[in-house]
Order: sequence, then structure tokens, then C-alpha cells
Amino acid sequence: MHETLSNFAQTGGLLIFVLLFAGVLAYALWPRNQAKFDAAARTPLEETDKPETADHNKDETHVRA
Amino acid sequence: MSTPQVLRRAGADPSTAVVLLITFLGALWSLFAAAYAPEAAMRGQAWLLLGGFLTGIILIVGTIANGGVVNDEREYNENLVKAGAIATMFWGIAGLLVGVVIAFQLAFPVLNIEQFGFTSFGRLRPLHTSAVIFAFGGNALLATSFYVVQRTCRTRIAGGIWPWFVFWGYQLFIVMAATGYVIGITQSKEYAEPEWYTDLWLTIVWVAYLLVFLGTLWKRKEPHIYVANWFYLAFIVTIAVLHVVNNLAMPVSFFGARSYSLFAGVQDALTQWWYGHNAVGFFLTAGFLGIMYYFIPKRVQRPVYSYRLSIIHFWSLIFIYIWAGPHHLHYTALPEWAQTLGMTFSVMLWMPSWGGMINGLMTLSGAWDKLRTDPVVRMLVLSVAFYGMSTFEGPVMSVRAVNALSHYTDWTVGHVHSGALGWVGFISFGAVYCLVPWLWKRKGMHSKALIDWHFWIATFGILLYITSMWVAGIMQGLMWRAYNELGFLEFSFVETVEAMHISYIIRAVGGLLYLSGAIIMAYNMYRTIKGDVKEEDENVIPQSAAVPAE
Repeated sequence: MHETLSNFAQTGGLLIFVLLFAGVLAYALWPRNQAKFDAAARTPLEETDKPETADHNKDETHVRA
Repeated sequence: MSTPQVLRRAGADPSTAVVLLITFLGALWSLFAAAYAPEAAMRGQAWLLLGGFLTGIILIVGTIANGGVVNDEREYNENLVKAGAIATMFWGIAGLLVGVVIAFQLAFPVLNIEQFGFTSFGRLRPLHTSAVIFAFGGNALLATSFYVVQRTCRTRIAGGIWPWFVFWGYQLFIVMAATGYVIGITQSKEYAEPEWYTDLWLTIVWVAYLLVFLGTLWKRKEPHIYVANWFYLAFIVTIAVLHVVNNLAMPVSFFGARSYSLFAGVQDALTQWWYGHNAVGFFLTAGFLGIMYYFIPKRVQRPVYSYRLSIIHFWSLIFIYIWAGPHHLHYTALPEWAQTLGMTFSVMLWMPSWGGMINGLMTLSGAWDKLRTDPVVRMLVLSVAFYGMSTFEGPVMSVRAVNALSHYTDWTVGHVHSGALGWVGFISFGAVYCLVPWLWKRKGMHSKALIDWHFWIATFGILLYITSMWVAGIMQGLMWRAYNELGFLEFSFVETVEAMHISYIIRAVGGLLYLSGAIIMAYNMYRTIKGDVKEEDENVIPQSAAVPAE
């Protein structure tokens, strides 16, 4: 029981973590995501004074100063 | 469109009813504890708790009578953030003050007044650490996370009255923990001293915090979840896990203060330092990186230097930090492979830590001139520099050979304070300096000169603190391990204490300077909130005027 569990935790854990991290790297470095990240990097700079509601979306020119 | 600008209120909605029920049950438990608790200390605590819960009930009933909590999707909830900013400043000064007191106690032991147990260093030290970490730091994180998650998700905070429950529940937790320490209630786990009933209360508050945060992310109007929110979420989730596991305990009685931990021996030590080091990693690092990723770009008006780097260093930090705890247990009963594991992961942490530092500093590219013109930017940048420095020093100290010299000495205390005063303190002060004019709609702070004074006085204080502790700690470590030619220890313990007297005085003066800076800030903040703002600060990006209804 202990053998099986520790095998699962050690080997399985190593595999899962390495794969997950490889997935993170791929997501972060994928060329097609660059545009999205460039936009996201500006998030704090492009905020509005009010939350976006259905009403505001109709009138975006006024909100997005 | 022409909607009348009347704030929408929730009425007696389900969230208010549930919070009222929790408060009522809390009051009931406190009443019984006040009557039946076996210790006088616990009965005292119970009366205090009862007062807290009754105040809560009065506030909630008053809110319902006024039509319920304001719940207007057309506005951000800024009152919540205002309350958090004021609480941050209040607890900051309280925690720093206790720190200065205990620093002077170490220099002049006569200040431990024997007749009064509550003045002893042993009770005031956890009061100081909890006040600065959980009360000051915690409120800074609550306030900024509530602000940032609303702004970057472009939606009002979720959960009706729950965010207010989180705020006031957290303040009650702080008061319960602090008064408990002073009258001698502790479970003796470093940074987790509160007893079981306080721990349970914090668990309820923290789960509510997590749900409020997740609920706000859930109803976001911005498809991408901004990186600061990732850091805040990692902080909230991990602290929940750490807090619950490390505090697993069996109370001796239903109304008594005492409990026994589920763990014993080396398992207890490992669980404690898994908790303790990740409190550093996820409370004092991840949470405050969330502050960095919003407030630095916003204040200098530059995008994040590398968004890719922010994703990579976020996940590396998460994957690595959780393993670093065993470096607190070098040369103990912990198996050596586990010590080595903790040490290796601590050294690996260099990379994600410096990834964050580089990303924070390089966000200034194109705006470096603001270092000269804006004292708030200077404070934020120095904070990130201290983050880089203390995350360089930490891995060095985690190496077993270095730890043999540094452990149990004041070098550790100096290291912690370069992170706490430099990184956590300055990033929080910087964020509050940003928030106050934004929230209270002022053109700037009351006095820019006073921000400068705060910056320089506090910086000088930190330098005195960490340099004196380097000298004291390394000297202490070397004296402890010095042998004479016959193989006997060269120095008695008390000789090492005597040798550190001057360093302790310098440290206390450093702390006093840091506290003075915070008091200057509190005055500046008070005048700003009152409206005494003469000059416009071009660095405070004014909130654009509300769009007039057409």
C-alpha cells in the first residue's frame, strides 16, 4: 500500500507537474497569444470610472475616455 | 438613457440574512463561553467577542432598516476600499509601535515590567508579528484586492453584504487574536498563535473572502483575468489551505481556550514550517506581487514590461515555493533528504523571485524620470528593490552551511525585516498613497513634501535596522561557535547578549524612524481625506468625471 501510494505520488506527481509546467510555458510563449498579452499588459491603464454594464456598452465612446 | 442616480439597495437579501445568522450564532456562543469557560482569560475574551457580535447585529439590522446594503452594479464599491485603506494605516501604526516597544525591551530588559504579565516580551512579540503581518499586511491586501479585482474585471464586487462581512469579520479576528496574546492565550505556533476558536472564525471569514473574490472574477466583463488577480487568488487559496491544515487541533472543551494540535514531534515541526514559510511565500510575496502588478503600471502609466514573464514567474513561484519550508529545520530531527529538498527549492526560488523583480522594475522603462519627480514611485521602486535583495539573501541563508552560522541569530531577524519593512511595508504605503487621492477624489496628497520625508526617514530607518542586525547576527553566530585552545566554548551565552547591546539600540532607533515615517503618512492621509489639498499632483491620474446622463 505504502509502496503503491508513494510510487503514484512520486512518479505520477513528477509527471503531472512537469507536464503542467510545460503547458504553462507553451501557453505563455505561444506566438499567437502575443497580441492578447500585449493588450492584457495595458489593463490597468485602460480602465473606466464605472463598471461595464449593458447600458454602458451601448455608449462606449463616452466611457472609454 | 436617463436612469435616476439613486443608489440601488439590496434590501433584506439572502446574503444579509445569512450574515445575520452567523453573527447571531457567534453572539450565542460567546454568551455561553462568558458563562461557562473554565479560564478567567477565556471568559474575558468571550465578553469581548460578545461585544463584537452584538455590534455586528446592530450594524446589520441598521443596514436592513436603511433598505439594505448598497448593491449598485453601475458603481464600483469604493467605500469598502476606503475602509480597508484606513484600517491598513491604523493597524500599521499599532503594529510598528509594538515593534518599537519590544525592540527597546531587548535593548533595555528593565522595560519588561515584572508585575504586569502583558508587558513581557513573550506576549508582545506575537502581538507585533501578527499586527504587522496579518493586521497591517492583511488589510492592505484586502483593500487593494477589492479595488484591483473590481477595476480589472470592470465589474462591481460580488456578494451583496459578504464583502463587508469579510472586512469586519477580519477586524474581529485581529482583535480576538491580539487581546488573546496579551492575556496569555496562545497555541505557541509561530505566526499561527491564535487558539482554535479564533482559527475557526478566521476560516469562516477567509472562505467568504475566497467566494467574494471568485464571484467577482466569475461575473467579470473583461474576458482576460489580469495577472494581479492571479497573484491575489493564489494568495487567498493557499492561505486557506495552510491555515486549515496547520491549525488542525482538538479543543479541550467547547468553551475553553485550550486545544491540542493534531501533530506531534517532527511532523508538527514540518507542518508548522510548511505553513510558516508559505505564509511568507503566499501572504507576504504573492499577495504583494498582486499589488505590484497593478499599482506600478498604473502609477507610472506604462504597460507591464513583459506579460509573458509575469505568467512564467507566477507559475514557477507557485510550483517552487510550497517546497521550501524544510530549510527552517536544518540540523534537526527532520530527515536530511527533506532538509536538502527544502534547501534546493529555496535556491531555485531565486529565478521566479528575480523574474518578478525585473518585471516590476522594467515596467518603468520610458518613465524612469518619475523616480526623480514622484516620491510614491520612488517608494514603490525601492520596495521592489528590497524584494530583490531579500529574495537573494533568503536562498543564501537557506543553504545548510550558511544556516549553521545564521540560524537562531539576529541575522534572520534582519533578513525578515528587509523583506517586511522594505518590500511589504513600502509597497503597501505606496499603494495607499495611490489609493487615497483616487478614492476620495482629490487632486493629490495634502503634501508631496511629507511623502518625501516619509520616504527618506523610513529608508534610513530600514538601513539602520538591517545593517545593525547583520553585524549583530554574524557576530552572535561566530561567538556561539568559537572554541578556545582547550576545546571549550570561548564565550558564555550572556557574553554574546552583552556584545549585541549597541546593535539592539541602533535597531530600535531604526524602528523608531520607520514608525515616525508611518505617523507622518497617517497625518498626510488625514489631511488629504479632510480635503486640504492645495496643489495638483500631475502623477495622480485624476479619475475622469462621471459620464453625464443624456
